[in-house]
Amino acid sequence: MITPHTLAVVHAAADPSRPNTGVNGVALTVLIVIFVIVAVMGFMAARWRRASSMESLEEWGLGGRSFGTWVTWFLLGGDLYTAYTFVAVPAAMFATGAVAGFFAVPYTIVAYPIIFFFMSRLWSVSHRRGYVTSADFVRGRYGSRGLSLAIAVTGFIATMPYIALQLVGIQAVLEVAGIGGSGNWFAKDLPLLIAFAVLAAYTYTSGLRAPAIIAFVKDALIYLVIVVAVIYLPTKVGGWGHIFDAANTKMQTANKVTGKPNGSILVGPKQQWAYVTLAFGSALALFMYPHSITASLSAKSRNTIRRNAAILPAYSFLLALLALLGWVASAAKTTPIGADGKPNAQLVIPQLFEDQFPSWFAGIAFAAIAVGALVPAAIMSIAAANTFTRNIYKEWLRPDATVEHEAKVSKIASLVVKIFAVGFVLTMDKQNAINLQLLGGIWILQTFPAIVFGLYTRWFHRWALLIGWAVAMVYGTWTAYGVANPATKVAHFGGSTADIPIIGKLGYIAFTALIINIVVSAVLTVVLERFVPRGADETIVADYFADEDDPRVSAYDPVPYDDADLGGGSPKAST
Amino acid sequence: MSHQPDSQDGAPPANRPLQVLAGVLLAIPCLALIPVGWYSRRSPELGGFPFFVWYQMLWVFLCAGFTYSAYVVVKRARPHRPMARNERGDA
Repeated sequence: MITPHTLAVVHAAADPSRPNTGVNGVALTVLIVIFVIVAVMGFMAARWRRASSMESLEEWGLGGRSFGTWVTWFLLGGDLYTAYTFVAVPAAMFATGAVAGFFAVPYTIVAYPIIFFFMSRLWSVSHRRGYVTSADFVRGRYGSRGLSLAIAVTGFIATMPYIALQLVGIQAVLEVAGIGGSGNWFAKDLPLLIAFAVLAAYTYTSGLRAPAIIAFVKDALIYLVIVVAVIYLPTKVGGWGHIFDAANTKMQTANKVTGKPNGSILVGPKQQWAYVTLAFGSALALFMYPHSITASLSAKSRNTIRRNAAILPAYSFLLALLALLGWVASAAKTTPIGADGKPNAQLVIPQLFEDQFPSWFAGIAFAAIAVGALVPAAIMSIAAANTFTRNIYKEWLRPDATVEHEAKVSKIASLVVKIFAVGFVLTMDKQNAINLQLLGGIWILQTFPAIVFGLYTRWFHRWALLIGWAVAMVYGTWTAYGVANPATKVAHFGGSTADIPIIGKLGYIAFTALIINIVVSAVLTVVLERFVPRGADETIVADYFADEDDPRVSAYDPVPYDDADLGGGSPKAST
Repeated sequence: MSHQPDSQDGAPPANRPLQVLAGVLLAIPCLALIPVGWYSRRSPELGGFPFFVWYQMLWVFLCAGFTYSAYVVVKRARPHRPMARNERGDA
C-alpha cells in the first residue's frame, strides 16, 4: 500500500523541506504537558459516575451502561477514528491516491445507516440478557459454544494488531519530534514504553470510564488541528486547485520499480469494484470489532445508539479533510524521511505539521495524534479483555468464576494484551503489524452473518454458520497470502484486494469471503436442518425491543446460560 | 427453564409503511455511493475541488440528514412499549 519508492521520486524532484531536523524542543514540551494532563484525567475517571463497586465487567468494562448521547458520541468517535487512521489514511493518499485512501470516506458514510439498522437491537438484547460481548449474544441466541468461541477468538485476534498499530501512530509522532527512532534500543523505545505503562495503569484502575473522559480532549485537539490545517495550509501552498493538480502530477509519474504510475486522484475503471467493495466491506466490518460493540453497549439507552448514527458522520467529514491533507503534503513537497534516513510515507502528516506550523502548534498536533492513540488502545484492550474473560476464561476454563473474579481477570487480561502489543511493535517489523491488521479486517467481517443475521432470524443453523465462517476464514487468509506488492517487494499479504472469482474484477477480499460465507451457511442450513438438531434460544422476541427502563434479567447475570448440556447439541425442550 | 409464551413475547406493533420509509431513507446514502464510475471525475469542480471529492463530502451531510429522518420515522413507526413486570426475565 505504501511505496517508499514513490517518495524517492519526489525527493529527487522537489525542494525538500526540513526533514529530520533533530529534537523539536518546544513541540516536545507541549506534547509532554498535554500527555500528563490526559494521564491525570485518566486516573480521576474512576470517580466519575462512580458505582458502588467497580468490581464487575458491567462497571469496569462497560462503564455501568450509563453513557448518554454525547459521551457515547465521543467514545465511539474516539474509538473508530484512531491515531493510525490519522497516520495511514493521508499516507495512502500521499503515496498511491484515491483508491487506497479516499475509500475511507464512503466507508465511514455508509457505516452509520448500516449500524442504525441493527445496533439498537443488539443493544436491547444485550441489555436484557446481560451480554457484554457479541460472542455472549451468539452463545445465547444459538445455544452453541463452538460458534461462540469462533466469534470470540476472531474478535480477540483481529483486535491485537489494531492495538499494535496505535503504537505505530505514537512512534511516527515521536520520530518526527526528534526522539525515539535512533540511538540504542532502550533510549529509542523508552518514551513509547512510558506512554503505554501510564495508559495501562489508568485503564486498569478506571476501566472504560478512562477513555470516555479522555476522548473529549482527544477530539477537541483533533478538531482544532484539522480545521486550522485545512484553512491555513492551502493558502500557503497555492490553493486547492493547485493541490489536486500537484497530487495528480506526482502520482502519474512512473514508479521507478514497476514502471507504472503509482495512482491517481480519481478511481480508474479497473478499480471501481475495489473501491466500492472496500468501502462497503469495511463498513459492514466496523461494528463487528469488539471495541465498537463495547463502546455501543456502554450507551444507556436504545435510542442513544440511533441518535449517534445520525451525528457520527461529523467525524466522516473530518476524515475527508484529513485524507486531503495527504495531497496537501504532496503540494507542499513534504519529504518524510525516517530516523533511519529512509523515506517513510507513514511520517508524512507529522512531518507536514512540523514543517508548516510554528513549533508550539506542531506540538498540539503531535499531542492530538498521540492522545488519539491512547483512547482506542484503551477501549480495544478492554474489549479484548472482556472477550477473553467472558467467552474463553469463564466459558471454558472456570465456569464458576464470580463477578468480582471476572473483573479481576479482565483487568489483568487488559494488561497482558497491551504488553503483547508493545512487544509486537518493538520486536517485529512495522509492516507485519500493518499486514496483520489488514488480515484482521478480513477475519472480523466473517463474524457478520452469525451476529447480524442472528438479530433478525433464527433461520440459519448454528453448524452451518460455523462451517461458513471456517470456509471464509480459510479463503480470506489464503487469498491475502497470495497478494504480492511489487512496488514494496512484499511477496505475501501485500494488500487487501484480489480478483473476485467469476466476476474477474479486483475487489476487497473480505467482501468476497463474506459472500462465500453467506452462501455456504445458507446451503448447509437447508441440509443440516434435517439431520442435526438446533441449539436452544434463550432470548425472546420482546428482548430485541427492550429499552432502558424495561425489567432486566439482572444488570449482570453471573450464570448467564441456564442450559447445562449445550455441548451435546441437543435442543432444549421448549413449549 | 422453558418459558410460557405470554401476551408480550412478540414484537411490539409497528406501522409497516413507516418502517419501509425508514428503510428507504437509510438505503439512499448507500445507493448514492455505489456508482463510482459515474462520480469519479474532476468536473464540475467546486472551489477547485474535483467532483469526486465534493460529491462524497456532500454525502456526509446528506447521510446525517437521512439517518436522522429515519430516526424520527422509526420512533413513530414502532413506539416503545414497556415490558410487563411479570415477563420472563423479570428479576
